[in-house]
Formats: sequence, C-alpha cells, structure tokens
Amino acid sequence: MFSARVDRRSILRGASGLGLLSSAEALFPAWARGGTAGVGQGGDVLSGDSIHIDIGHSRIVIGEREAHAVTANGTMPGPMIRLKEGQQVRLSVANGLDEDTSIHWHGLIVPFQYDGVPGISFPGIKPGRVFDYVFPIRQSGTYWYHSHSNMQEAMGLFGPLIIDPAGEEPAPYDREHVILLSDWSNVHPHSLLRRLKQMGGYYNRQKQTLAGLIAGRDQKLSERIEWGKMRMDPTDISDVTGSTYSYLINGHDSAGNWTGLFTPGERVRLRFINASAMTNFNVRLAGTPMTVVQADGQDVDPVETDEFQIGIAETYDVIVRPEKAEAIAIIAEAIDRSGLARATLAPRIGMVAPMVPLRQRPLLGMKDMGMDMSGMDMSNGTLDLSAPIDAPATADSHSGMKMRDKSLAPPSVRMGPGVATISAAPADRLGDRPTGLENVDHRVLTYADLKALVSGSDRRVPSRELEVHLTANMERYMWSFDGVKLSENPEPLAFRHNERVRVTLINDTMMPHPIHLHGHFFELVNGAGDKQPRKHTVNVLPGGKASFDLTADALGDWAFHCHMLLHMHAGMFRVVTVRAEETAE
Amino acid sequence: MKPLALIATALLACVATRALAQDQSQHADHSMPMSQNSALDDAPSPVPAPSAPQDHAADAYYDHAAMAKARSMLLYETGGMPHSMLMAERLEWRPGGGGDGYAWEMEGWTGGDVDRLAFKTKGEGAVGGAAEKIELQAGWLHALNPWFNLRAGARQDLQPRPRRTHAVLAIEGLAPYWFEVEGELFLSQKGEVTARAEASYDQRITQRMILQPAAELNLSAQDTPELRAGAGFTSIELGVRLRYEVVREFAPYIGIHWERKLGRTARYARGLGEEAGGLSVALGLRFWL
Ligand SMILES: [Cu+2]
Repeated sequence: MFSARVDRRSILRGASGLGLLSSAEALFPAWARGGTAGVGQGGDVLSGDSIHIDIGHSRIVIGEREAHAVTANGTMPGPMIRLKEGQQVRLSVANGLDEDTSIHWHGLIVPFQYDGVPGISFPGIKPGRVFDYVFPIRQSGTYWYHSHSNMQEAMGLFGPLIIDPAGEEPAPYDREHVILLSDWSNVHPHSLLRRLKQMGGYYNRQKQTLAGLIAGRDQKLSERIEWGKMRMDPTDISDVTGSTYSYLINGHDSAGNWTGLFTPGERVRLRFINASAMTNFNVRLAGTPMTVVQADGQDVDPVETDEFQIGIAETYDVIVRPEKAEAIAIIAEAIDRSGLARATLAPRIGMVAPMVPLRQRPLLGMKDMGMDMSGMDMSNGTLDLSAPIDAPATADSHSGMKMRDKSLAPPSVRMGPGVATISAAPADRLGDRPTGLENVDHRVLTYADLKALVSGSDRRVPSRELEVHLTANMERYMWSFDGVKLSENPEPLAFRHNERVRVTLINDTMMPHPIHLHGHFFELVNGAGDKQPRKHTVNVLPGGKASFDLTADALGDWAFHCHMLLHMHAGMFRVVTVRAEETAE
Repeated sequence: MKPLALIATALLACVATRALAQDQSQHADHSMPMSQNSALDDAPSPVPAPSAPQDHAADAYYDHAAMAKARSMLLYETGGMPHSMLMAERLEWRPGGGGDGYAWEMEGWTGGDVDRLAFKTKGEGAVGGAAEKIELQAGWLHALNPWFNLRAGARQDLQPRPRRTHAVLAIEGLAPYWFEVEGELFLSQKGEVTARAEASYDQRITQRMILQPAAELNLSAQDTPELRAGAGFTSIELGVRLRYEVVREFAPYIGIHWERKLGRTARYARGLGEEAGGLSVALGLRFWL
C-alpha cells in the first residue's frame, strides 16, 4: 500500500509543453479545455490498470487572475480517470505536499481500507510517500475523486472519474462532455471557516433591509418581526456566497465560457458533477429540455426536465439532442443566486450562447423551518382546515409549537448550544422542489421523479429504523449530527453486516445538507416501490426529512457526513461501522 | 442600599432567566415519541440496534500508532479547532463645546464553541486630560444555550481613582428580535456591588449601511463618595450610530451620543462644578479581526 519516495520533479509539470494551446488553456487537462470536441478526444485521460497521480502545488488561472491551488497532476480540475467495469486498477497517489494528503473515490464501492479517509480508513499519505489504492471496479457511471485531508478539496484537489459499463450502455450517446461544477475563493478555506465562526452571516450580502421593506420587497413587516422573534434569517440560503466565490464549470468562469462541441441531431451526454466545497447549484440549459438518465452514477428511468438542483457531491447524467446549429448556454446558478457559471454547447468554436441573468434570491418559509403543518397527520384534530394553506404562517399560530422541543427528538439527540431548533413537523420532502425552485414556471426535477432502471436486489423489509437529526446553530456556526460534533468523539452508528435498515434524516436546520455515506449505495424511500433510486448522497431539504433503506453490505468503518466542506469541518460527521454479527454484539 | 443591590441582581437575573428558559424544554419531557415514519409503507418490525464496536477496522490493515494519530487529527479538524476574534465595537472621537472627548469599547475571545477565554476593555476621557474611565476585564466565557453566554472573571479599573478590582458575573447574548443584550454584576474588593445593563440593535438599511441604537444603564447598590458614585442609578447612556461597512471588518461611523449622571451621582458631579452629562457627536470606527 505505502511505498517509495515521490519523484519531486514530476510535480513541476503543470504548465509545460503543449505549444499549440494558449498558456492559460494549457493549465487545464484536455477534457476541461475550452472548445473540446468531447471526452476522450484529448490525450491525457488516465486509464488502464495502473494509474499514477501526483499531488502538488500548482499555479492556476481563475478568470484573469493567477492563484495557488493544491492539484492532481498539476491541474484544476484534475485529470479524468476513465475505467471499465470489471477491471482491476492500481491507483498510485504520490504526495508532493509538505502536509498529509489523501484521495477518496467518491461513490466507488471499494474495500474500506482503500476508501481514503484519514483517521477512518487509513492513516493518510505522508509528505514524500506514495500510496497504492488497489481494487476491482464493480460498477459503472459518473463519479469523482477528491482529497479528504485538511481542506485540500476546496483548494482544487478533485477531478472526474468515469466508468464505462461492461455490457451495453443503457443510455447510448453519440458524444459526451463532463460538466464539473466548482466554487473557488482566493481566501483560504480555513479563513472562510474562521469568518463564519466569528459572524455566521459574514458572506450573506443579500439580507433583508429597511430599504427593501420600504420598497415592498421580501417579507412584510409582520413576518419580519415573527422571524426576528425566532432569531431566524429567511435569507440564510448559503454560508459562503458569490461575495467571495467564483463559480466555475470545468475550471472556467462565465467569461472564460468553456465550450463543448456538438453536431446537430446528435445525442449528447452531459455528465454533471458538483465538486464544489460549499455550493449547491441550479442547473439549466437555457430553454433546452434534458433527459436525466443517471443519478450518482446509477442508471435511472429516463426522465425529462428543464432544471434540476445538484447538491454538493451529487452527479447527474443528462442527454440532450440539439437539432439546430445554435449555441446552448449551460447555466449553473448558485442556490442563493449570488452568482452563476455559464458554459456553452455549440456546433462551432467561437459561438457564444446569450448570458442568462441571475434570478432573485429566494426566501425561506415556514416549511423550511420544519413548521409546515399541512403535511402532518393531525389525528388529534388540532389543525384548522378552514385556514388557507398558504396563509402566512407564524410560529405562534401553530399553538404550542416550540422552536426547540426536545421531546420531538429521540434520546440520541443532545440539546446544547449547538442545537438552535428541532423541526416540529418535519415533512417528507423527497417530492418537493428544491430550495428556491418552488415557483419557477417550468419542470424541475425532484427526488420523487427518480426511478431506478433495474429493481434493487435486496427486497427485504428493513429490520429496524434509525433516525439521525441534522442539527445546527447558525449563530455560532455549529453543525452536527444529533447535536454532537465528531470532535466530541461520539459512538459510531453501528450496523450489522448485511442488515437492512431504514435511516431517516431529519433536517432541524434551515439549509439543505447533502449527506454522503461512504462505501455504500442506499435507496431513497421515494414511493418508487422496488425501483427506489440508488444514491450515495442525498440533499435533505431544510426543515424536512428524507428516508433511505440501506443494506449494510460493506464491512469496515465508513465516513458519513455532510458534504458541505465547512459543515463537515465544523463537526457534521459520524463514523458508520459495519461488523459481522459476532463482533457487533 | 440593599434594595438596590436587589435591583442590580434582578437585572442580571432577568437576562439570565430569559437565556435559561430557552434551555428548559430539554429537561421537560423524557418520553420519546415513536419514529414519525409510520406513514410510510412496509413499516419495519423493530430489532434492537447492535452495540457500537470498540475496535477500529483500519487497525487490521495499518500501523496502530499511525491510525491513532490520524484519528485524533480527524477529531481535532472536525469540530475541535479553536478560533478567536478581536472586536473594536467603538473607537470614537466626540467633538464638543466643552472640549473634545474620546471613548473606546473593545472585546475579544479565543477558544472553542462552548468555552472561551474572553477579555474586554472600555474607557473614555477628555482630550488633553486624564482618562475618566479605564476598565479592563478578563474571564471565562461559557455558552449556556444557542444564544447566550455566561461570563465570569475579574475587572480592573485603572480610572477613576482610587482603583478598584471587581469580580464579574455576566450574561450576554442575542435576545429574540435580534437584540444584543448584556447584563453585568460587579463586586469590588471593598464589597461594593454595582451593575450594568446594555442593549443594542443593528438595523440594516442597505447591505452595507447599518443604524445602531444602543443603550447603557449603570447602577450602584451603595453610596461610594470616594468614587463620586451615589446609590441607585448612577448613569445612563444612549446613542445612535450609523456605520458604513466598507468591508465587513471595517466600518467608519457617525452618530450622536448622550449621557447623563443620575441621582446622587449627578449631585456629586455638580458639587465639583462638573456637568452631569450632555449630548455629543460621535465619529468613529468599528473594526474587527
Ligand atoms: Cu451541512
């Protein structure tokens, strides 16, 4: 596993050679260069049985500015790794940094000792050392890889990982592009976290104002007073925003306008990967419908839509079939609409699709606070059905509803300064449109629209249920599961080998959390029967809940965490153990 | 005299109760509802959860010491890292007819989410003369609930003289409707009990322009002639400041500040030929790191 020393010269590659390209474009791997004909057309895709990756420091270009990044093989995004289902692979990762590093293969089913999380699956890769990850490829689809050390992921250490199926491709295509979304700040991620610890709303430049009230924007005065009473901010959509982030598609900002080519009439597969540290995106092809064929690398029944929200760490594959020789804009808009990234699909290099303006940032509502009573079973008859559903609800109007009622949470939830609210009536929100897309006038993908292409193999009824609360105090910028941070060394969430468990995530916060479980796929309980979609990450909407069924079939210790990097680093993280029955008792 | 000690304590207690009341629900009810999943089909039959293993799976593959080190690093980086802040809420100049004055108010903390070391300093004076008030505080800050902290520590007054050292007990935090409030209770080495209550509110006019009304009320439980403080309310300060956040950390402001000595404290001042208070313009800077 660990071996040899790094050849440090290999780390200095970066911007060398490739005389045909402009110097800025040379800083990108072939798949991410503008004007690409498609994946597989460039020379530097990493494939085969033996792959070498050098981690090091590199110069990158964001817009017009140069910056420093932590990279794989000298570029941000990193090189594309392309494998084939059924093969065996050896991935040798050499650490050219002066700190520990790691690579985690996001969404890959691997023996746990190769999962790449320091402190859980292995000790991490020391400076100057090489670690060989060796595993069989047991799946196909769109995935990605990223560092799980320090905050290197936010500093550029990520890239796409595509696995071709051993058999027939269920969603065939004539051409494909990887569309990798990311967020970049010139401020060091540790400094971002420090600012948020000092002032929770530091990066929010879209708060409600007196000027807005006078102009009739946002909440009415009475609502503002109600929300103020609860110390809740309805504009708290993203922690880190466009006030410091540049939003990027394949490493290019809107001005850079990454362009992928197509020929009219072709079926073009776009493999969307959200490799952001902190940004959920709303994705549109400005006016062109798209057909979702895969989610988190797993084939789904093709479903046509106009827009989808992609949580951090999720992937969606879509197929578009442009008939006209016109440029199409790919728009990835930050969930709080503090910025967007635009790229273009075009029949020819140089064609530019019109820019789409940012929409107005959304406001959170009572449902996002877990206080929407309409979805609740009111068997004791306290719900007044004569009240209009969309009447401006207030905490007080739901008599007896408290913001922080411990009796609504299982004993495993610890109430302390880190838990500001417990959702009083968390609705199952898998069928809801995601935050900010509730009222747009076109189709929006929801989790309830996803159906697995083939039935799941484990048809057992779950033998037990587990409730995990996503908890926070936005004022102190504390994030946790069940009110306990990983730093407090809580007991792991324990599973018996091969047991089937229904896990319900209850979001007690006002922000969506993309929750990721390593080493497994789980099936969203979304009403699709035996076609429940399989995912590795689920974005749990604010104030709501999401259930998934898990077959704990991977022995070992696994990371289970929110994929918002700063939430994870604030403590929103647990260890999941899977043990054979004898050792579990 | 004693009743005033009670008023002071009541003031502090008032803030404290408010803070603690919000924490009470957790003790109220230990009966847990069943999972709210019952609406979903194929409701599973309950099987007890396995107990959590005490070993670590990676220890079978890697060096134990290296894994132990990596584990402690992971815990430290995942919620355990300390942070700190230095906030100069006021650094101001008060031009006035009777001579220009100045004032400052600064505080800082370092530590984790729940327990921190804190310090605080405030003071004021007239340009060209000795400072009227210089106060230094240091202590321990403990999060009581999501919004309120307890602060316990010591306060040293460098001005006025004779100097006093106090024990400090304070509650500070964010009250409903976004009011920043603070109640402090002091006990000096001479046995004097004093108290102070403060409140402020940030009204955002635009994303960068903020209007901040603020109030401060001081109390003393006893007559302290050598410090020219009378029993009862000793002084009140009211201010309104309009600041412009050039960046979040740096905001110049302009405002008005009114203060007045009260009761017997005011009579002490007049007896010495001083004014009991007045209105001044405040020009200042708010910055933090
Ligand atoms: Cu989160």
